[in-house]
Amino acid sequence: MTTIPSTKEKSEELTSSEHQHSDHRLFGLITFLVADGMTFAGFFAAYLTYKAVNPLLPDAIYELELPLPTLNTILLLVSSATFHKAGKALEAANSKQCQKWLLITAGLGIAFLISQMVEYFTLPFGLTDNLYASTFYALTGFHGLHVTLGSIMILIVWWQARSPGGRITHVNKFPLEAAEIYWHFVDGIWVILFIILYLL
Amino acid sequence: MSISLPPATENNSNSLQPTGWLRFISFSLDHKVIGLQYLVCGFIFYLIGGVLAGAIRIELLSPISDFLARDVYNQVLTLHGTIMIFLWIVPVVNGAFGNYLIPFYVGARDMAFPRLNAVAFWMIPPAGLMLITSYFINGAAQSGWTAYPPLSITTPAAGQIVWIVSVLLLGGSSIFGGINFIATILKLRRPGLKLMQLPMYCWAMLGTSILVVLSTPVLAGTLILLSFDIVAHTGFFNPALGGNVIVYQHLFWFYSHPAVYIMVLPAFGLVSEILPVHCRKPLFGYTTMVYSIMAIVVLGLVVWAHHMFTSGTPPWMRLFFTIATSFIAVPTGIKFFNWVATLWGGRITLNSAILFSCGFIVNFVLGGITGVALAQVPFDIHVHDTYFVVAHFHYIVYGGSVFVIFSSIYHWYPKFTGKMLDEKLGIIHFVLTFIGFNLCFAPQHWLGLNGMPRRVAEYDPQFTLVNQISSVGALLMAISTLPFLWNILYSFIKGEKAGNNPWQALTPEWLTTSPPPVENWSGEAPLVTKPYGYGEKNSDEGSSPITQA
Repeated sequence: MTTIPSTKEKSEELTSSEHQHSDHRLFGLITFLVADGMTFAGFFAAYLTYKAVNPLLPDAIYELELPLPTLNTILLLVSSATFHKAGKALEAANSKQCQKWLLITAGLGIAFLISQMVEYFTLPFGLTDNLYASTFYALTGFHGLHVTLGSIMILIVWWQARSPGGRITHVNKFPLEAAEIYWHFVDGIWVILFIILYLL
Repeated sequence: MSISLPPATENNSNSLQPTGWLRFISFSLDHKVIGLQYLVCGFIFYLIGGVLAGAIRIELLSPISDFLARDVYNQVLTLHGTIMIFLWIVPVVNGAFGNYLIPFYVGARDMAFPRLNAVAFWMIPPAGLMLITSYFINGAAQSGWTAYPPLSITTPAAGQIVWIVSVLLLGGSSIFGGINFIATILKLRRPGLKLMQLPMYCWAMLGTSILVVLSTPVLAGTLILLSFDIVAHTGFFNPALGGNVIVYQHLFWFYSHPAVYIMVLPAFGLVSEILPVHCRKPLFGYTTMVYSIMAIVVLGLVVWAHHMFTSGTPPWMRLFFTIATSFIAVPTGIKFFNWVATLWGGRITLNSAILFSCGFIVNFVLGGITGVALAQVPFDIHVHDTYFVVAHFHYIVYGGSVFVIFSSIYHWYPKFTGKMLDEKLGIIHFVLTFIGFNLCFAPQHWLGLNGMPRRVAEYDPQFTLVNQISSVGALLMAISTLPFLWNILYSFIKGEKAGNNPWQALTPEWLTTSPPPVENWSGEAPLVTKPYGYGEKNSDEGSSPITQA
């Protein structure tokens, strides 16, 4: 409510204004993603330490199957590419194309979440069954939370990129860029997670 | 020398931000208001934490648990530690002085993300209130500020969960602050100002913020796992369910050792600002200072397991962490010699600000020496979890950081308010604090060496006398707060007018009015390339290093 006049004032004073301002936001976002990545790093470190020193108790069940997570990996990797397409379309000032690719990306993200839920319901172990089960759900759940937030973000960007009346255009593309960087980050984390949790 | 400035103009007339005192209790975006909000809020929590410390010292007057029940004692020590670390020292040395000074030092009108800045501050009061009220509702957490499982899993769950939520909020606030400081220092520098011309506090805050961004999220993740263990009965850290308590300790100390540097590195920076002003000499060894800070940042991330030498740590780990920890003494030592060399031969004005800074140097050397001792495995195993450790870290966080906070308040109060503090009261405050502090904590080294365990309400009767001496010291520290509080309040109303630059300082925050206008300078920001250019030849107290651009 109170902030708009003072920010306007500032950008008038800093003569080389607009694009510089967006640079800081990107910088801030990347710094935040470093912090977020450290949370995952902590989880990964915990999981790897458990693997090294805590044997699975004899009566515990912990088996993962590969097909569904492999499909998930493909979904996310493709979605990274489609998001990139959306960004390119926006740069070319083609908001129709941009919206189309955004919708596909969001669809892939939601498909990932559904597929993840299917996996959860078909696994032979629950959250509290044993140490590895708990770690599995904590890691994939925390990542799933990121995908959920990312999908919501994409839908907001999709709505804001509509051709007449949307705020996101080829001039103001920071929100799309930010969501895209975040999405690539979440995909990258998934690849590490997939390797550590399913392949190792 | 005199710096003439046009009168402060309220050039935000079309802004709807509240002015006057109301802005201090509102969602203000002005970095100076937010800085003072951090400072005042932190000081209130300091008083609460101090009352808790008083309760601990009263309990320890006698070897039996008479003043506080044992479980209440546990809650009191947990709250004391958590409040002093997360609600007083970390927000004040980072948030308060960082927000107030960093935009001046880089020549900016505000922080890089003013709104995020205000959000970061306003996460603190609710977190603190929640933590304190948990004591009155279901009992606060009892497992100490470390919250080690299985203790934190087996003690009453409600208080522990409130503690976790509160620390998560405070951690989030800290991360947002850190992101803001990194962006401000690296991205908002005034054109023409080079990194190696920045005042030392900027470097300290850059290093600290890197530590905050890299290590705090790990604590957050760990506490989320711990809350699962408490609420959902998973077994991450519960050996009965196949979990592993050592993993918690590693993850916890991966944050909490850097947290020590998060508390003292900004203090190092503040001292480096205060000493040159009051002894009229350039800061000695600027470049080595910068490299030492960065060396401490790097080393600070790889020494955490020295807190765990009694946790069944394998020999290779003990060797590595002992060596890495001992290495930290090198950059820290460099900084100490630099400060002493700064003082050496200077025209020292013995005022409250420099007295507290010198008190810091003395105390921190003592704390540093016991720190190197504690890094040695055989010695550490002997004194682990005894009062020796309590004495050591209070020499670091109180004798170090808190002394610097007081020094900084004496130094920057004229800038904050435009009024001078009373020097006589300031010196009484210093003498009482210095004697009280050393009387309180020096005997605890002896207690620890003789085997008195920490965090226990009862102790062996042979330690009674020394504990009573320590409590007398604590009483002196409590009394020392009174002249300080009186000084702050009285000077605010009736203090002598300070003028814009009472210390004739050269750092940029003094090159504007006191208190400064909303966007810091009415004209363009001054370009200060030599913030420590005191006593240079051909300059009357260094007016030449400043070029008004």
